[in-house]
Parts: sequence; C-alpha cells; structure tokens
Amino acid sequence: MPWTRDQMAARAARELQDGFYVNLGIGIPTLVANHIPEGVSVHLHSENGMLGIGPFPYEGEEDADLINAGKQTVTELPTTSYFDSAESFAMVRGGHIDISILGALQVAENGDLANWMIPGKMVKGMGGAMDLVAGVPRVVVLMEHTAKGEAKILRKCSLPLTGKNVVSMIVTDMAVFEVDHTRSPSLVLVDKPDDVTIEQIRDATEADFVVHSTMHRSPVAADIGK
Amino acid sequence: MRKVYSGAVEALAGLLRDDMTILAGGFGLCGVPMALIEAIRESGVRNLTIVSNNAGIDGVGLGILLDTRQVRKMISSYVGENATFARQYLAGELEIEFNPQGTLAERIRAGGAGIPAFFTATGYGTQVADGKETREFDGRHYVMERGIFGDLAVVHAWKGDTEGNLVYRKTARNFNPICAAAAKVTVAEVEELVEPGTLDPDHIVTPGIYVKRIVKLAQVEKHIEKRTVRERA
Repeated sequence: MPWTRDQMAARAARELQDGFYVNLGIGIPTLVANHIPEGVSVHLHSENGMLGIGPFPYEGEEDADLINAGKQTVTELPTTSYFDSAESFAMVRGGHIDISILGALQVAENGDLANWMIPGKMVKGMGGAMDLVAGVPRVVVLMEHTAKGEAKILRKCSLPLTGKNVVSMIVTDMAVFEVDHTRSPSLVLVDKPDDVTIEQIRDATEADFVVHSTMHRSPVAADIGK
Repeated sequence: MRKVYSGAVEALAGLLRDDMTILAGGFGLCGVPMALIEAIRESGVRNLTIVSNNAGIDGVGLGILLDTRQVRKMISSYVGENATFARQYLAGELEIEFNPQGTLAERIRAGGAGIPAFFTATGYGTQVADGKETREFDGRHYVMERGIFGDLAVVHAWKGDTEGNLVYRKTARNFNPICAAAAKVTVAEVEELVEPGTLDPDHIVTPGIYVKRIVKLAQVEKHIEKRTVRERA
C-alpha cells in the first residue's frame, strides 16, 4: 500500500530538526504540522507576516486579524512575532528560513519545480512560492506520486517553472528521493513504503533514479546499489 | 497641518482621478482598507491600476471595484477566490501582472525608500524573468526588478494618532506599512483615533511622515475568508 496523506506528512516531518524555522505550503504540507516528531520544536513561518503559528482557534474565538497564508483563522503562541510583508520575504530571500515544504504539479530530475500555473486554465498567481523556492536552502516537495495515472516526476517539466534547480527532496505516497546535483542521475531513492516495490516506483516515475545503498527496506533487495 | 478627516469620502476628496495608480494594503480580506475602497468606488474614477497582493473576493474588498469595472490593471501575486476577476480577465477586459509575493513586497518597499531597482534570485529561469535584465553575483543568477511608487496609497491600521503615526494589529499589518510609504499621498483608515502621546513611540510601526490624511472608521467591518476552528478538549 502506498502511504496515506498523513503518512506522507509524517515522513516529511522527519526532515524537521529542533529549532528549525519552517514554511509549510497549502494542502498536504499543512498536515506536516500535526506530525512534528517528539522532542523537536520548530517555529512555523506564515508569509503574510507571522512567526510562531498556533493551532486553529476554538469556535467563537476566531480573530479576523489573525490568519495564516492560506487565509485560515489561527492563534498566536507566547513566541509569536508579527511583521510586514517585506520583512517576511526578507527572511525568506535572505536564507533565514531553514526548510520549505510545498506541493507541486511537476518536478524534474534536475530539481526544476512547476507548481503555479497550467496554460489555458485560469491562472491564480504564484503567491509566495517563487520566493520560497529561490530563498530557502532546503526545499521539500510533498505530493502524490502521479496525477490521474500520469507521472509527475519527469525528465523535464512541461509546465511553466516556479524555480530552476531548486528542489532538494521529493516525498510522495510511493517514494522519497533526495536530489543530489553532483551526480547523474541526480534523483536518489532513499525511502519508500515497505510494500511498494522499486519496480512499481520505476513504472510511476518518468525520470531516471538510483537506489541509495543504505535503503534496505525493499523486498527487491537485488536492486540495491544498481 | 490638520490630517484628520471626518469620513472616507472626505479623506479622498481631490485625490482621485482616472488612470491613476493606487496601492492598497491587505492580505486576503485581512487588513484591507474597506471603507477607503468603498469611497473610491463611490467617486466613479476609472481605468485604475491597482497594486495589491490580492483582488478581494466577489463583492468584498477590491472585488467591489471590479464589479463596477473601474480597474484596468491589477499588479498582484494571487487572485484566486474571485469569479468576477476570472470572468473579466478571460474576456480581455482586465489586465493582470503577476509578481511573486516577495518581489511585489520588495518592489513596494524599494519604491517607498527611493530605490528604483534591485536584483533578486526569485523568478530566475521562469517566465517572471522574461524581458528583464539578469546579472550574476558571486556565481548566482538574479533578475532586476523595479521599485513601485504610486499616486495614492490606501491603508488600514488598528490605531493611529492625529499626527498619522500608525500601529497595526496581528497579521492585519501585512502590506500596509510598505504601501503607506510608497505613494505621493497616503490615506489611512483607523479603528481607533487617539491624541499624540497616547501611542508608545517605541511601538509605532508607520511614522506619521508617510501619512497625509487619516480617518477614523465609523464602524469596523471585518471578514473571515476561511473560518477554521478546533474542537474543545
């Protein structure tokens, strides 16, 4: 069985380290906040001008002046700070946010990311995605492995790019890849659900990849080190 | 010089004309200068270029200027949640210039600070960089972006004093302080208007130098776009 959305989020949450400043995108990445590992404390950044996002408010305690980047009502924590939008993106562009976890339409084997528009459809805009992928040193894509049976991890993105060579890791319901720009192919399979085979991952992935030598979870052990 | 005006319409009197560029604070429906936007609608000015992160939703915020077709062009980072916007855009009646959100914020900040252009890595290698000058610094590629300076800025603050010093509340701050600095004339609407000396000078976010006119809201109207709550334990 591939991972569920919560299992995907939990796997992505293992990339968080104690003390990290973290930006989570809309959709599955938002679930990562529910799976932060024990003993790890992180600060969540909201690009509309907040560090230290608290949980959703209790009913009746919603505050129209207190929302996250997805425009959802949230609460503040004792550690919270507020700032304007230029300051918020100075943090992003200046490399002060440790990790960004966001969704994608397509990822290419060189780390190119497309997640903001489909030509011919109504374009809503890129929001803060281009700034995040350009400014945050570690960018983790968290998405379904395929869309309606079509591969999303490709040799080359066909959709307009959000950023070039920006993705550091891809977490899907079938696989976890590190993007190692120093080697070719640069996608390295480092983790997967126990009962998904490497053969199944190859069938669902257009891009080429290698299997990391320490990834022993596979029932197809012969594939390791290929 | 007296900065305090009795209402939003009075505060914008003599400032509005067709074809002008107006900056508006706000993120989603949070911290949006609703009363001033309504006064812009009442004035009937047309062919506006609006610089704002979002375009409101149907019938709320900047959405009301779309309903009356007063907007020619939006410079924004995200305009989802607005059906009127989509319809006018697809019909070719409305122009949109998408900017990455951080680039938009920095363009406004730079404009207000007298900086005509800057380089950012954001958007390099994407269609955002098309037609723009690029340059390499220390082995990395950057795109040149221009500062934005408007004819008018409209902002929403929590508290203001009669000198125009402003304080914001929580995430309603967002684009308001940078917009306040990036136009020839800035008009602020405030929930509470206080006498000088009431606000702690250490806590003032927008110094009054940026604010030419200020108006206290008769009633404060706030909208929640996505109400999310948790169960009580």
